Amino acid sequence: MIPELGHFALILALAVALVQGTLPLVGAARGDARLMALGSAAALTQALLVVVAFAALTQAYVTSDFSVANVVANSHSAKPLVYKISGVWGNHEGSMLLWALILSVFGAAVALFGANLPDTLRARVLAIQALIGVGFLAFLLFTSNPFERLSPASADGNGLNPLLQDPGLAFHPPLLYLGYVGLSVTYAFAIAALLEGRVDPAWARWVRPWTLAAWCFLTLGIALGSWWAYYILGWGGFWFWDPVENASLMPWLAGTALLHSAIVVEKRDALKSWTVLLAILAFSLSLLGTFLVRSGVLTSVHAFAQDPARGLYILAFLLTVTGGGLALYAWRAPKLTSSGLFQPISREGALILNNLLLCTLAATVLLGTLYPLFLDLLTGNKVSVGPPFFNATFVPICAPLFAALCVGPFLGWKRAELWPALQQLRIAFFVAVVAAIVAAVAIDSRSTLAAVAFGFGVWLIVGSLVEFAGRLRLGRAPWADSLRRLRATPRAAIGMTISHAALGFVVLGAVATGAWHLEVIQTLKPGEKTRIAGYDVALVRVDNVQGPNYLAERATLAVTTDGRPFTILQPERRLFTVQRRQVAETAIHTNGLRDLYATLGEGDRNTGWVIRLYLNPLAPWIWLGAALCAFGGFVSLSDRRLRIGAPSRRPAVQVAE
Amino acid sequence: MTPKRKRLWLLAGSLVVLGVAVTLVLTALNDNLVFFYSPSQVAEKSIPSERRFRLGGLVEMGSVKKNGQEIRFTVSDTHKTISVVYRGLLPDLFREGQGVIAEGSLGPDGAFVAREVLAKHDENYMPPEVAKAIKEAGQWRK
Repeated sequence: MIPELGHFALILALAVALVQGTLPLVGAARGDARLMALGSAAALTQALLVVVAFAALTQAYVTSDFSVANVVANSHSAKPLVYKISGVWGNHEGSMLLWALILSVFGAAVALFGANLPDTLRARVLAIQALIGVGFLAFLLFTSNPFERLSPASADGNGLNPLLQDPGLAFHPPLLYLGYVGLSVTYAFAIAALLEGRVDPAWARWVRPWTLAAWCFLTLGIALGSWWAYYILGWGGFWFWDPVENASLMPWLAGTALLHSAIVVEKRDALKSWTVLLAILAFSLSLLGTFLVRSGVLTSVHAFAQDPARGLYILAFLLTVTGGGLALYAWRAPKLTSSGLFQPISREGALILNNLLLCTLAATVLLGTLYPLFLDLLTGNKVSVGPPFFNATFVPICAPLFAALCVGPFLGWKRAELWPALQQLRIAFFVAVVAAIVAAVAIDSRSTLAAVAFGFGVWLIVGSLVEFAGRLRLGRAPWADSLRRLRATPRAAIGMTISHAALGFVVLGAVATGAWHLEVIQTLKPGEKTRIAGYDVALVRVDNVQGPNYLAERATLAVTTDGRPFTILQPERRLFTVQRRQVAETAIHTNGLRDLYATLGEGDRNTGWVIRLYLNPLAPWIWLGAALCAFGGFVSLSDRRLRIGAPSRRPAVQVAE
Repeated sequence: MTPKRKRLWLLAGSLVVLGVAVTLVLTALNDNLVFFYSPSQVAEKSIPSERRFRLGGLVEMGSVKKNGQEIRFTVSDTHKTISVVYRGLLPDLFREGQGVIAEGSLGPDGAFVAREVLAKHDENYMPPEVAKAIKEAGQWRK
């Protein structure tokens, strides 16, 4: 009964979305206030209906209703409760429902908090948001109905993919989707602005928080996914340039660019049509990501057996959204005129450089990801583009981006001098060069490139801090004065410093782990030991352990330094009994500066077990840095200026001086 | 500065960045493309021994032999076979009779020395390249 209710709610939601996607547009075109007002009511109703549908599916999972085909395929009665809940979105149908849920809730949020938006703009934004919703709801109902019944009901389910039964992955998809779908709101705003034929600073003040929020969630989602890959796949790596990872990186890069260009629209009333274009592209890249994951067209560690019809649907949808958006852009963008003029050397110029480089990065990733597909279509040759390609393209383009990143905040709007800015960064430059030399001499003299990259990481951190210290006049003014300045500093500026410095930490972690990790693979019998970087690792014993829904072999590794006990590592190999699948569970000892990482391979008492050990210097900084980066975004988001309702306190259109 | 000059600057800057990026991409693609071959294609082509490529097919039943960390197995597309040597941990989903993709190069004895064996999330998943290779060998059964 409840699954039918969910199904019915979904059908109603589609009907409401169709109304919401058409009538307010007509209303906005004709200036009919009643039709426009319909948008808000419809958005709230649609969100409520999708919430009901999602709750119904969650209920089916929590109570293990094995008359629902989706539950049978992806759940099992013996699974812990948290994985029953995460199982809701751990499969194709459920994850699409989650997508539709977030989409409609965001639409409702625009309706609820958008009272101060001009009526026509709000109506148009809600209509576009609803049209995207129509695409997803129709997709769910016609190709991937999560509420399909199974008759007769199954006695028990097939269980969730064991790799997904992990706290990291339970929350990876929702965070990623919050990011992807958050970009749908900026897309809706961009299309609405094109329909209006007008982009003003008030528009940017709406678009920026949405972009920022989406970007924060996307950052967290990507970081969580990378962390998960690090500790579950057991290869010691954190980023594999896998097509699906790239699929999430591209909207992140475009979103980062959008984040920065929206500042220029807001503060300087310039770069309007570029920002609108970026908003369209960022959401298109999100959809492309979905298409790549869902269609299985590319060989990837994430590839699931998929139905090509679904891929075709998403591809058609992607073409409509991107093609439609770009066509409208081509037609209307010339109407968007900017009033703010500026010199090449200025804050605006720096942000343009940022956008240029970020977009180039996104394009590089796009090319590397899709190239195998093109080559297959054109020549029939099967190729793969792996890490070497991205190391040779992505990394060099990052260099100017990072170099310029610290300089930008020193430049004033409209016109600025480069030399004084550089002089203020003397200390940062000096520290970075010293760090690079120390890295080259003391750590690893073979890889100059790694040492240079390490220097860039230090440059980002010190450069950001120097800028912040300069803002507070730290050391050059009395303490009380600096403190007063700190209190007066806008949260957006504090957030910027945090995120920029955090990027430096990510770079340091990635460089150190990537270039300077140590690896030992050894077959050990109980009682035997091996050595990695000053740590003696002895295999004490291997036990059989019974988990809630798996059996495991658990190795106990005693780690000693100079004969003194240091720590115990217990990597496992879990055999999930329902799916008959083995999953390795790594054991990691971290002290914040390096990870000692152990995985257990196959083996038995006679031949011994294969043990793989890694020493990953600064590895935790990758994820701590990413989390800090997102935190900086949230701090910036809490800025007064961006708070809901704040735009109304200023004149709607601020003419640039 | 006039808007026109500004646009010229912007255009010049973009072109420079784009030019550098294109150069990087083209060189990188030239050096780093990893081709995918089935055992039949490996038999047909003479692939230089230092050339890295991906080999895909089915792990032959009963072919997996472990000797410490060294693992030997045979990959087949049901038409031709090739033996593979790999040192290291196999992914969790590696199994006899299942599809596999290995990346590496040919050793002096004609065996494929794998540096990486790729893992998949899903046990029912057949890498599209492998499916195609088997189809081309004329043995596909659904």
